Amino acid sequence: MSGRGYAGKFAEIDLSTGSVKEVRFPDETLRKYVGGRGLGVKILWDRLGEKWDEVDPLGPENILLMLTGPLTGFFPGGRICITGKSPQSNGVVGSTIAGEFPVELKCAGWDGLIITGEAEKPKYILVKDSEIDIRDASHVWGKGARDTYLTLVKETRSELNAKNPLYGEWKEPAMYYIGPAGEKKVRTAGVLGKWAHGAGYGGYGAVMGSKKLKAVLVKGTGPLPEVADHEKTLQMMRFVWRVNFEHDLMRRWGTGYAGYNVGAQLSSEPVRNWQEEWHDERSFGVDEFERRVWVKRYWGDFGCPTTCLKLAVIRTGKYKGSIADNPDYELQAYEGTNLGIFTPEENVYMVSVIEELGFCGIQVGNTLGFAAELYQRGILTREELGGLDLKWGNAEAFAKLAEMIAKREGIGDVLAEGTFRAALRLGQMKGQDLLKYAVTCKGIGIGAHGIRSGLDYPMGMSYACSVQGGDHTSVALLPITRSVSDHSMMMSDSGVYCLFNEMYLKKEEIIDFFNAVTGFGYTVDEWYYDIAMRIIEIQRALLLIGGPDIKWKVDDNPARFYEPLPSGPKKGQAPTREEIEKLKHEYYKVVGWDERGIPKSETLKKLGLEDVDRVLRKKLEL
Amino acid sequence: MSKPGKIWIARDYLKCSGCRLCEIACSLHHEGRIWPEASRVRVFMLVPGVEYPHLCAQCHDHPCMDACPTGAITINDETGAINVSRDMCTGCASCVDACPGRIPHLHPTLNYALICDLCGGDPECVKICTEGGWNALRVVPYTDDPLELYAYRLYARKPEDATRGLLKILYGEVGEGML
Repeated sequence: MSGRGYAGKFAEIDLSTGSVKEVRFPDETLRKYVGGRGLGVKILWDRLGEKWDEVDPLGPENILLMLTGPLTGFFPGGRICITGKSPQSNGVVGSTIAGEFPVELKCAGWDGLIITGEAEKPKYILVKDSEIDIRDASHVWGKGARDTYLTLVKETRSELNAKNPLYGEWKEPAMYYIGPAGEKKVRTAGVLGKWAHGAGYGGYGAVMGSKKLKAVLVKGTGPLPEVADHEKTLQMMRFVWRVNFEHDLMRRWGTGYAGYNVGAQLSSEPVRNWQEEWHDERSFGVDEFERRVWVKRYWGDFGCPTTCLKLAVIRTGKYKGSIADNPDYELQAYEGTNLGIFTPEENVYMVSVIEELGFCGIQVGNTLGFAAELYQRGILTREELGGLDLKWGNAEAFAKLAEMIAKREGIGDVLAEGTFRAALRLGQMKGQDLLKYAVTCKGIGIGAHGIRSGLDYPMGMSYACSVQGGDHTSVALLPITRSVSDHSMMMSDSGVYCLFNEMYLKKEEIIDFFNAVTGFGYTVDEWYYDIAMRIIEIQRALLLIGGPDIKWKVDDNPARFYEPLPSGPKKGQAPTREEIEKLKHEYYKVVGWDERGIPKSETLKKLGLEDVDRVLRKKLEL
Repeated sequence: MSKPGKIWIARDYLKCSGCRLCEIACSLHHEGRIWPEASRVRVFMLVPGVEYPHLCAQCHDHPCMDACPTGAITINDETGAINVSRDMCTGCASCVDACPGRIPHLHPTLNYALICDLCGGDPECVKICTEGGWNALRVVPYTDDPLELYAYRLYARKPEDATRGLLKILYGEVGEGML
């Protein structure tokens, strides 16, 4: 179907054979699964569901999906959702990233890319309108982020200029790519865009690496697709622009205001591998970042009225040459406070290093903090760390360890498996339980918003019950209609657009936007109790089936979240196991899961998911 | 509104956020669609962080008009804007080569050159850039101020040249060799 915000077709690219074909989905499928995360879950279920537990996320059978949604390009702040079987959770994680890529792709006439198989040699894909070319990438294989971006953009743009001399100057194609960590199938590798952009959660950089796919570039010369109600869509778009123009916090400071505030006021920021969640380091205030490292006050992507990114460059001193965004709150925390780093310069340096290597900053920051705590406790020795003095705050040692992880050198090879798997393996080697220092959920390092103080948005069971594991951008919440709940996030992750531009809207207004573009006539209730619920049930089933290396038996918080907070305004506080159990079961009830957290047959049947019910019961031997 | 008289668009590239709302506003005004490649203002990003709007600099000497072999390019007496006649333009790209910034480009599906026409005196790109508070684009009166006569030396520059200048300011030595 074209129109209704959809370009009408998807490109399936088989890297094993080099073949490309068009795929279309019936209206009914699009209405039910929308796009992005929702449609990704559906495609993965249909194609891999029956053999899910045997599919190696880093093998040729896995499918890498880059899917836009009907609202992409219309709802301000277009994004794309990257999914597949996650090498972190063994389920599906919807991981979104901004940039011009999603809009270029739709303007090229494609709603998304379905990438299968595995290339023999490094490749990159160039999409130019209807032409899709798979090309040699050996000249950029092994290169860091900056070099990869600049080399491929320059060569493809020169080619467009040379092939079409009368067109005038071509704007650069948009691009997503991986760094060395992705190439080495490091489970914490992200899919990168520009600089300071990444689809981190899920580990899809490693999936791209396993397929030997270094980058995807796209140039689309057409308009965005037709929509159901043109006037209403434009009216809604301008409305969302204006709403966001009027809200200054995110525009002015980005999420960077949180680097100080979430620690000092909410006491929910990871400090030294979550041993604390409170700090009062004013040197880490966003005003200090502004004064010391910003070179651009507003930085954003196609169609964004908020432009919350702030470009930072270190211009003098030993970290000279580092480039990052502010950084955003998550990386302020994970490449800052979680490593005992409290200055803007060292924080920007760390972020610059890990992005150059192609990591998800949250995941690798979680693992670096874990390693440092093992060092603090004498469990990992300096010798085992390749001579690194991994003391809290030693930015250069952390940077070196990140490099060892990206290259899988020495201890880096174990840590490249991500915190959870590394804790299992190192625990075996050391003959002790190291999982108690791993702050993860379903194999995914937990985002920088803790639950112990009770002052931040996640609830006690938010990570334990989420279909996205430790992902802080989509969590289990009650009521399920709250912002950032798995059900609410299904809108922006399937739409696909940026959560930050919808924060000040009513749910009815967002649904109005969906209806203006798609003409599908959704209602808010239908969204929460039918559309989002259905996708979440499938995502839950795939997460529970899991495998091949790990299967999840229980929903629980990491052990650390039961330790009382040692400092700050909520000193001594932590939820008890009983409290968490109670919350879990309240949540299970609302989403129709039994007391073990397994979707009930009646729940699945009511949503028309008889096949999911059958496979789930077979796989879990119920 | 009252007649604006001759105007041009002054710009501060360092204030460009790369949001590209100008491309949306421009293509909606001229094409009725969101169509970045058909926008008369195009934000280039040869290096991330170095985004800037590439659009007609409203030169006083109009090399594009002089180069046009069919007379398709004329100057609007009221606003001073460059007007391209869709019917007369053959898509030969002489104007692209004549422009010191290689700013014109061809419409992606119709064979004629796209050049900013100042939206008849009230440019949409400037309106949204101002409303959003970025102020990278600004409408100013067109005068004979000698500085202004040479404005195109600042603005009518090829993407690589404009980017190189901005790279120095934003990234310093780090930016060396990025292009």
